[in-house]
This record gives sequence, structure tokens and C-alpha cells, in this order.
Amino acid sequence: VGHAVLAINGAEVNGRLTADGKDVLEFLGNPANYPVSIRFGRHRLSSNEKLMLASMFHSLFAIGSQLSPEVGSSGIEMLETDTFKLHCFQTLTGIKFVVLADPRQAGIDALLRKIYEIYSDFALKNPFYSLEMPIRCELFDQNLKLALEVAEKAGPFGPGS
Amino acid sequence: MSRPPGRKQENHKISRELFVLTYGALVAQLCKDYEKDEDVNTCLDRMGYGIGVRLIDDFLARSAVKKCRSYSETTDMIAQVAFKMYLGVTPSVSCSSAAGNEFSLILDKNPLVDFVEELPAERSSLCYCNLLCGVIRGALEMVHLAAEVTFLQDRLKGDAVTEIGITFLRKAEDRKHKRN
Repeated sequence: VGHAVLAINGAEVNGRLTADGKDVLEFLGNPANYPVSIRFGRHRLSSNEKLMLASMFHSLFAIGSQLSPEVGSSGIEMLETDTFKLHCFQTLTGIKFVVLADPRQAGIDALLRKIYEIYSDFALKNPFYSLEMPIRCELFDQNLKLALEVAEKAGPFGPGS
Repeated sequence: MSRPPGRKQENHKISRELFVLTYGALVAQLCKDYEKDEDVNTCLDRMGYGIGVRLIDDFLARSAVKKCRSYSETTDMIAQVAFKMYLGVTPSVSCSSAAGNEFSLILDKNPLVDFVEELPAERSSLCYCNLLCGVIRGALEMVHLAAEVTFLQDRLKGDAVTEIGITFLRKAEDRKHKRN
């Protein structure tokens, strides 16, 4: 489910067309092109897909805190699956920071708070950044990358994302 | 601007004089742009609001404070933590209504008026530090607290003290269910 053809013979596929501009299914259907190596995988999410999934998560978060039998529940802080853990931190201003990481990765709480600092510095203090818009600030990206590298080194296992 | 990633302590200190001069230049320019004191006050408040909505996250990220459970706690937080953090002063707090939603911050010292003794005669209704009111209002709004913030008294206008009034506009209990 959700898998697609990512590359043929090492060259990345562009939608329905190969790198040379031929139709993928046509190319694969022609035995003259065999042997052919195909790489399958999950597409990286587009910005729109990320926005959609994030807003779905926002709704789940709200439902989560309302379902709680205890009053004043915080909402979803962690979602655990066998291949990844989703960590969520909501600020008092209602902003949610979501980190997807390896289940064995430690130090995510500290990472989330660090990301909050980086956001408040390099996004909010940039006068050209408008609130609620996607963040396209160079310094934000640089510092975020740095923080992720530090967090990865701290944890018992590799990749955070 | 090539600034190395990661903050160093030394970068935090800039000249207080520069800050106060910058603020003064801002007010002076607004006085040139607008004839009426009310317009300048509104403009300062609006600018302050724009700062407040961004500054609140810096405050929360850096001070790691817990959610306040009452208007009184919130006002104490503003006076004792926020004012201290950003202006280096700690106004005193008093509650001025039985309903518990009106508070006053009395500013003994105010760095913004370091070099200003009194307002010129033609600018007698100017709220010189109105930016501060906007900042407080914007910051409170981002944590879902609607409030009116104004200068009730101003030493620059000849009053005995400088007093900022904060009036919270919604009951605290409503907040709990609006969190998400």
C-alpha cells in the first residue's frame, strides 16, 4: 500500500515518465528493454500532503484530549508503531511540533524544546516571515539541521526525520 | 547576514542606550508622520501587538514556565518574569477589581524613558510607551487570553506613578475547553 516506482535502471522516474521522457508502463511492457532494474518505495510526501496529514493529526490530537477520562489532558504526546515513534509537543500558544523518529531514539523531548527555541528565534524573529505560513528561512533550516545532528548522535540509534 | 548557527552568550548584550535611542527615534518619526496623539498611540499599540505575538513564543521557549491557572498568576508572570527578562525591571502588581479581572502594573523604573523627562506641550496626550501595551496585548492573545491594556497613569504626563492597566475580557474557566 502506498508504494510506487521510484527509479528504473538507476534513473529517477518523473511521474509517469522515465528520465528520458518515455512512458513508464510502455517501457516496462517492451521485452527489448529487459533486463531492467526497478526501485520501488514510498514517495516522499509533497508539501500539500504534509499539510493535509498535519491537519488530520491536529484533529486527532483534539479528539485525544477530549476522550481523556482525566480533566485537562495534554493531547497526544506520543504515537508508537513498530517502525517509528511520533512525538508531539504543543506549546501554550497552540503550536504543535511533531517529530518522527526511530523507536529506539532517545532525547526527543529535549529536541522538541530545542526546535521550539529555533522556531522562536529564526522564524518568529525574521520580520519577513508571516505567521502560520510555511517556513522558508535559511537560518531556521541551518539551525534545525544542526539540532537534528546533535540529537541523532545522542540517541542509541540512527535516523530521526 | 552570515551569522554562525548556535547562539553564544556574548551575542546577547547590545547597548541599552542604542535600544532606548531606537525607541525614541521610532516615536519621534511617528510624531512627524501623524498630527494627532491618538494616531501615534494607535500606531505604537499596533506595532507592539506585532512584536507581542512573536515575543510570547520566545518567552515561553526560554522561560519554560507552566500554564498559569488564574488571571492573577498570569499578571504576576508578566511582571516578575517577562518584564524582568526583557526590560530588566519588575513592576509591582495590584488587583483593582472585585471580579478579579482587572490588574495594574506599577512601573517604578522604565528603561524606555531613560532620556525623557516630560512630554512636549503639543503632545500632551501621547502615550510614549504605548508599544508596551501592544506587546502585552499581543502576547496574551496568543495564549488565548483577550485583554485590554492601557496606560492608566504616566509620570511623563505629570502623574505620580506610571501605571499599566490590564483588563482580562473573558472568564478564566472558559479557557479550559478552548485549549485545542
